[in-house]
Amino acid sequence: MSIISIRNVTKKFVGITAVDNANIEIAANEFFAVLGPSGCGKTTLLRMLAGFETPTMGEILIDGVDVSTMAPNKRPVNMVFQSYAVFPHMTVLANVGYGLKVTGVSAAETRQRAEEALEMVQLAHLGERKPDQLSGGQRQRVALARALVKRPKVLLLDEPMSALDAKLREQMQLELTRLQEEVGITFVIVTHDQDEALSMADRIAVMQSGRVEQIATPELLYESPDSRFVADFIGKVNLLDGQVTGASDQGVTVEVAHLGRVTVPHSGRVQGVVSLAVRPEKIRMAVSRPDSGLAVQGRIVDWAYYGDTSHIHVQPASGPPMSVTVQNDTRSTIENGEVGDQVWLSWQAEDTLVLDR
Amino acid sequence: MRLLRRRVDPLDYAGRIWMRTFFAMVFILLYAPVVLMMAFSFNDSKRNIVWRGFTTKYYEKAWNNDGLIEAFINSLTIAAINTIVATVLGAMVALLLWRFRFPFKSAYEGFMALPIVIPEICMGVAMLAFFSRIGWPTGMPWPLNLSAITIAHIAFSFPFVAIVVRARMAGFNRELEEASRDLGASEWQTFWHVIFPYMRPGLVAGALLAFTLSLDDFVITFFTSGPETVTFPVKVYSMVRFSVTPEVNAASTVLVAITLVVAALMLRVQRQGQAGSP
Repeated sequence: MSIISIRNVTKKFVGITAVDNANIEIAANEFFAVLGPSGCGKTTLLRMLAGFETPTMGEILIDGVDVSTMAPNKRPVNMVFQSYAVFPHMTVLANVGYGLKVTGVSAAETRQRAEEALEMVQLAHLGERKPDQLSGGQRQRVALARALVKRPKVLLLDEPMSALDAKLREQMQLELTRLQEEVGITFVIVTHDQDEALSMADRIAVMQSGRVEQIATPELLYESPDSRFVADFIGKVNLLDGQVTGASDQGVTVEVAHLGRVTVPHSGRVQGVVSLAVRPEKIRMAVSRPDSGLAVQGRIVDWAYYGDTSHIHVQPASGPPMSVTVQNDTRSTIENGEVGDQVWLSWQAEDTLVLDR
Repeated sequence: MRLLRRRVDPLDYAGRIWMRTFFAMVFILLYAPVVLMMAFSFNDSKRNIVWRGFTTKYYEKAWNNDGLIEAFINSLTIAAINTIVATVLGAMVALLLWRFRFPFKSAYEGFMALPIVIPEICMGVAMLAFFSRIGWPTGMPWPLNLSAITIAHIAFSFPFVAIVVRARMAGFNRELEEASRDLGASEWQTFWHVIFPYMRPGLVAGALLAFTLSLDDFVITFFTSGPETVTFPVKVYSMVRFSVTPEVNAASTVLVAITLVVAALMLRVQRQGQAGSP
């Protein structure tokens, strides 16, 4: 049974539709991410879950109860804010205990539970500090402890990592996943960072201009995106436009300018102009034409070295340049080519996706 | 050997001799009169022009001057009531302007600030005309006889409080309020536990302003005070019209001391409130 049901929810502000007919079911104990570019409506969606915005249409159920118009302080959810919103005039311990104190929990129990929560986020030794004596990462842990101490049914996180540096972000991602398993409650995280969503979430909803484009596991989202937008937004992708010329049990046959007539596996029905999509890391680069698969000849125009991988741009006879990711799995890989070389790019038909234009 | 002159940057103005001289002059002109006034309150001379020796008898004399003491008490009473009412009223106006959107908001904001820009003399005349037109009762027992002056003081000092508090609230992170609600607090709990503590330094500064504005106001008070409701500045003015005796100096010195103590106390409260805020 789902803990959160978002049914036909639309939110209109003056002049814009922030969320457009969203339908999302989130299961209990799930780590759910809402991913999208800025301004796509993901934060509005989260604020409707928390109770700071009321849907214009549709309903939101949390644990079977319609909360669409319920005040934020009555909802069984808690939120970690983007700015962390740690109360500056209170000690860390008072911050964590705040949510218990205002709801009438006894002073002794408040203190005990606040201390336990601080221990959970490894800040037990800083209880008497004021927030301005903490680092950004520590403040975020206070915000986490303050929300978790309430034992909510759902924890909402609004861009929680955006203010942290790269190293701390990675550490916090691991810690959030650990915490989620430890406390066993549903986490809903809003982010524009695809790495964050892919590495932490059980399932991801991708949003674009108010609409939910696709809801799937990270693997499915990456390997089988439903649309051009999702394919392009998550990871890098090469898109080759072509014309469908036929379909069979093996898949569809598409005529692509410098690739010729190729048949790629595809289950749905397509016709007319389509895009063939292939991820850069699925492509092999070689000096001579390989025996099998789809192949394109081109000239290396750009070579960016990243240590573990190299990102290479290859310009085919026509169309946009294609990007290829090469694993530098031997120390001599780097010597395998240079800008200006003619190379063959090849990939397997089953690694190719057919997407509507 | 070449002597290197220290380069003086444009904002490093304290490094220039002529600038330092200028500062010293400003400082002296600002504080010398106050220091002189204090010194001459101990002068053993009725005329109080030439120094004739140390005495504290004028403090005694001021203390025994019933009219002066009454004016003094009147002033402190008015200032105290004004501070409380103007601070509450000003804070409420500030919250209204900070939090809500309503039609003609900017017009309201401008009107509210009018008492700050209107010349005091006009305010005084207006107040006088207003109170006599509506027939505000006079000759009531103390402290009700101070009501007209107090109302006039509140009218011109609450906008100052509102502006100071409003400026403070402009820096408030609305997510703090949302976080409080999210954690289960009602709107009132959120106000007292989260918004009010943030507002406090602004309230203290505003209250301090209201207190000093009321305590030393002469013009508006002069127009709204009756014969039996004399405040300290008005009383001093009437005394000075005959001669500047050390008695006036003594009373003024005590007032300066009281103002300094109140300011110090409030700044202390403010500093405590600020400890730990970003």
